[in-house]
Amino acid sequence: MIEVNNIKKSFGSTEVIKGISANFKPGETSLIIGSSGAGKTVFLKALVGLHNIDSGEIVYDDRQLGKMDEDERTALRTEMGMVFQGNALFDSLTIEENVSFALNMFSDMSEEEKRDRANFCLKRVNLNNVGHQFPAELSGGMQKRVAIARAISMNPKYLFCDEPNSGLDPKTAIVIDNLLQEITQEFNITTVINTHDMNSVIEIGDSIILIKDGLKAESLAGHRRRYFNHHQ
Amino acid sequence: MMITSWISTLGKFFIMLGRAFSKPESFKEYNKAFWRDLDHLGVDSLGIVTIISVFVGAVVTIQTAYNLNDPLIPDYYIAIATRESIILEFSPTIVSLILAGKVGSNIAGTLGSMRVTEQIDALEVMGVNPYSYLILPKIIALVFFNPILISLSMFLGIVGGYVAASFGVVAPQDFIQGLQIEFNSYYVVYALMKTVVFAFLIVSVSAYYGFFVKGGAIEVGINSTKAVVSSSVAIIVANYLLTQLLLV
Repeated sequence: MIEVNNIKKSFGSTEVIKGISANFKPGETSLIIGSSGAGKTVFLKALVGLHNIDSGEIVYDDRQLGKMDEDERTALRTEMGMVFQGNALFDSLTIEENVSFALNMFSDMSEEEKRDRANFCLKRVNLNNVGHQFPAELSGGMQKRVAIARAISMNPKYLFCDEPNSGLDPKTAIVIDNLLQEITQEFNITTVINTHDMNSVIEIGDSIILIKDGLKAESLAGHRRRYFNHHQ
Repeated sequence: MMITSWISTLGKFFIMLGRAFSKPESFKEYNKAFWRDLDHLGVDSLGIVTIISVFVGAVVTIQTAYNLNDPLIPDYYIAIATRESIILEFSPTIVSLILAGKVGSNIAGTLGSMRVTEQIDALEVMGVNPYSYLILPKIIALVFFNPILISLSMFLGIVGGYVAASFGVVAPQDFIQGLQIEFNSYYVVYALMKTVVFAFLIVSVSAYYGFFVKGGAIEVGINSTKAVVSSSVAIIVANYLLTQLLLV
């Protein structure tokens, strides 16, 4: 469970996040929507600690992000996975090395166990026999799936995705959406997704937050289909 | 305003270094990164260092011979002048300046690209200290390999000088005799001490410009240029200070 209490973030004199509160629950896919420049990416980066917030608090299962020292923050981050808008795969490493990167850094697994885990994650996102290839050799959709495989390699409790459908065709976008929802439910992950894809909102959003001008303009919880069927 | 900005840059640079010199998350992975960087930054520079050293050594010999064309000055003085020029200044300083261009732009370009494609953010979210993982192995690799490169450059520069001498500039036996006269081994120590400092400056200054790129491809290019210019200026200033400190 992630609790966000009245967080604010400014860059110079520009206040980008003007006080947002929200709760993100395990096993749920929470979507953050809003127009470009609304503050979605800043909000997501503040959640994972890439941006330090000016005020408010972010609490990960009773652990306050702002009060953690370096070691505690590192420990928390091994429980996180993140899929970046541009995938952010390490282009000098092979696909298998990308997926097993965090395992190599932090786990005590043997080489064989790490290879098995990387292959399991790649299979889970429906990628086979690509472990020896480099990111540049794969299509955009396949790279996105590698990014998801890398994000789940450490069995994360929290998964963050920044525009996972950007640059993908509608068919591949649906595949990615379904994959994220399945993984969230299968591993009981707290998943937070930034998107402006309304199809994702309808199909996979267990709870939805609309950000407008740095503020939470709307919040919808409960079963997405019931809500949208009702409004249709 | 300019002084404030300069102090702020310097502060950010030292904070970056402080974070770079912290305990690695995995010695095994850092070791892999060290060997990869040693290959990219050091071994890949062998070609350019070889070519430049041989030809500059030859040119220094010819120019010295041209300037010392006096019957009262023995020919072996040409070899002495060539040796001192190469050991004291050409190999440690000029070759390091060339490496600042080659290695510095490589480091700033690589780190800058990683920054704009969010690969550095990805490392941070995984819990990896990107300062340490991306900068420390590069510093160690070049600080270790630069003295080897410069030693090779000294040797090849003198070989180039000998080859040029063999083509009628100086009698080879006079050149060999000159190389051995009044040889001060401390000059080699002084030169190698300089190369260690220069290697540190090349990597740390270039890494700073790459690491803190904001924007896209154009900014990566701009910062790569700034990295080469700044590390070259740092080398020139450090060269003066070290010479004052170690030779005077």
